[in-house]
Amino acid sequence: MAGQRQLDKRGRPVVAITGMGVITSAGRGVEANWKALTAGTSGLRQISRFSTQGLRSDVAGCVDFMDVEPYSAFDLSHAMASAVAHEALSQAAIASKNSFPGPLFIATPPSELEWPQLKALYERKPAGKSDNVYRHMAAVARNGGQNNQFNSFADHVRFASLGAHIADRFGTRGQPISVCTACASGVSAVQLGLETIRRGETDAALCMGVDATVHPEGLIRFSLLSALSTHTNPAAKASRPFDKTRNGFVIAEGAAALVLESYDGAKARGAQILGIVRGCGERADHFHRTRSKPDGSAIIGAIVNTLADACTEPDDIDYINAHGTGTPENDKMEYHALRSVFGNSITTLPVSSNKSMIGHTLIAAGAVEAVFSLKTILAGTLLPTINYDMPDPDIPLDVVANESRSARVDTVLSNSFGFGGQNVCAVFAAEPA
Amino acid sequence: MSTSVIISGIGLLSALGEGPVAHWDKLQHRGAQPVIETKRFAPYPVHPLGPVDFSSQISKKGDLRQMEPWQRIGTFAAGLALNDAGIAGKSDYLDKTDMIVAAGSGERDTATDMKVLANIADRDDGDIRANEILPSNLRPTLFLAQLSNLLAGNISIVHKVTGSSRTFMGEEMAGVSAVETAVRRIKMGQGELFLVGGAFNSEREDILLNFELGGMLLQGEFKSICERARNGASGFVPASVGAFLVLEEKSHAEARGAKIYAEIEDVQSTRCNRQEGTATDNVRALFTRIEPELSKGPLPVLSGASGVQPILNEELAFLNDLTERGYDPAIRFYGSVLGHGVEAQLPVGIALAAITIQQRRFFPPFDAGSEEHDFPGSPEQVLVTGLGHWRGEAIALVTRAGH
Repeated sequence: MAGQRQLDKRGRPVVAITGMGVITSAGRGVEANWKALTAGTSGLRQISRFSTQGLRSDVAGCVDFMDVEPYSAFDLSHAMASAVAHEALSQAAIASKNSFPGPLFIATPPSELEWPQLKALYERKPAGKSDNVYRHMAAVARNGGQNNQFNSFADHVRFASLGAHIADRFGTRGQPISVCTACASGVSAVQLGLETIRRGETDAALCMGVDATVHPEGLIRFSLLSALSTHTNPAAKASRPFDKTRNGFVIAEGAAALVLESYDGAKARGAQILGIVRGCGERADHFHRTRSKPDGSAIIGAIVNTLADACTEPDDIDYINAHGTGTPENDKMEYHALRSVFGNSITTLPVSSNKSMIGHTLIAAGAVEAVFSLKTILAGTLLPTINYDMPDPDIPLDVVANESRSARVDTVLSNSFGFGGQNVCAVFAAEPA
Repeated sequence: MSTSVIISGIGLLSALGEGPVAHWDKLQHRGAQPVIETKRFAPYPVHPLGPVDFSSQISKKGDLRQMEPWQRIGTFAAGLALNDAGIAGKSDYLDKTDMIVAAGSGERDTATDMKVLANIADRDDGDIRANEILPSNLRPTLFLAQLSNLLAGNISIVHKVTGSSRTFMGEEMAGVSAVETAVRRIKMGQGELFLVGGAFNSEREDILLNFELGGMLLQGEFKSICERARNGASGFVPASVGAFLVLEEKSHAEARGAKIYAEIEDVQSTRCNRQEGTATDNVRALFTRIEPELSKGPLPVLSGASGVQPILNEELAFLNDLTERGYDPAIRFYGSVLGHGVEAQLPVGIALAAITIQQRRFFPPFDAGSEEHDFPGSPEQVLVTGLGHWRGEAIALVTRAGH
């Protein structure tokens, strides 16, 4: 009926997704990724970007096809973020003349100088000065002369810069919000968009996540935490979520963008509805910097809060896009939390991990997996968990082992958990009939 | 659906002291002096923190060891705010407290950096050398502390704030968005109890380098914000500051008998590319949005100006215009006494506004003989400005509750 507003069970505006874009190590664009992942193809490779001589892990999901030379986390993040935003906006066909009618929420990786930039500054300091090295580098930065080559380094350390560049290029409205909830950041960006549209402040929001931090220090940091898989040969077998032999995740790069719109606004302009963001929920854990409370209560709380926000019962969920990193701890805790919420039915509910094929895209993961969750609904195909060769008897799940499978999927739960006690989940659903 | 947003707790830690009362005691007297260190980080003056007994808010030594000063300052200030609001240690409240932290980067281990740099400089095999040095020199406690969201993580661990935890980044605008998002969520029923804020530590070499990449720091002799404007000096003097606020839906605050400092009437923000004049136009437009809430005449203003040009002049152009719009602004550049807290800067301004409203007296001029002039009487409405040193323009209006 014309003029009738589509509200959810709590009387809030229904929020739709009308555009998506994604890049992972498996490819550029939603269709290329979907083709690779439904075929069970891994995007993980031996790292060629830098020397891994002397390092314990040498496998990653690098995005090496964006023509970013030389590599820097900022430049590659910028290139990927621009590309996925462009893809999502083209599909949504909402922006005119680089003017997107809503705000930008972007999950961005840490902004820091990497060794090539630090080295360039260091090598310009006066010879022999070995005290106050940072001060000398600051003087080099300040006195770089006309066309100061080091001014461009400021982009790498300003947390606002990635959001500012994307806002400039696509003409988003107002102040962009850059969010970090560690490995849950991508879904936090979606949650911020959902909340803003529900408040009635905007009809549309551009929600994104990006991570491009496969550099030596990034790899070494996670390696020192014993978080990375050491099954590095062959690379495609490195990521083994839910498998008994799993021993860590594989660091990876990627980006995703989603155009969120009020369902009414999207319908009114005749947009194609790709799916619905039914709800998001979160819960912080106070137990430890890198580990969950042993009773799983924070993860359970996040899932319960999400289902409540989505006005969805556990029985309504057809498929779970797991956080499923492939670390011994995560997969065990995630299973126990799911069992607690879903009961015995969890053993037959399909639960798969995209990370088996594309690795852990860290800050981007929640947004990347949101795209694949929606695509699962649209295509009626469950993505597999590959490298599932030795089931872990302590984790009796239907992980959609090794091969994709057809299934009718109307409602998906997507989980994201991160260091610092971050637990954020989302429910995505098909367009209401 | 719309309700009021109450400030019911303030946590403030700076070179001037701990807590709202200590800050009022220092700043209520004419000629309050900033604490400045000019030698240790020369040529950059900074505002050092001075001795703090962190164990009074962070009791476990193991927790303290895992934090560098930036996180300690923030976690300490967050604890002060929870305490001030009367919800510290009360799990019924903490379990539903939504937290939004404005954060930059954690601190690098500069000693390790120097070691690596000395070994890789002027060599083609520098990356292999770095691979040899880093694994035995990076310390997990320190590089974990570099994650932006670990300040929030530590607040959850130490103070058991577990409703939710989000970290916003983007320098000054991170602090603006943290407060703005909490205010909008409370007003529309998306939460009723929030902990928001941020922290900044000036005494670190890595952050000085980062901001010098854009030429953003004041060099040499310390100058107040007004002196920088008069003398054409540009740059900010980094603060060591933690500022957290407990924000609460009005009836929620009243039901638990909470102390009520003030009300956040509105927060408005926008952005531009900083072409000449655009920031001034933006902040004028933001002011127009909140103007229906304002009474003409004397108007207390807490300016969060960083001291970086040309944005300082753009802000002055806006402030000078207020006279033509029928206001008599009594401006206090709080950066002159506390320094620039970057992510924490707007939370500091809101905290000061709440304090002065509660005290029923506006701060005397921070900068004698400057554009700052006296404001007699009790401040009922305080305008807080937040123009980012590089990007972002924002204003907030803090008023007496029930005004």
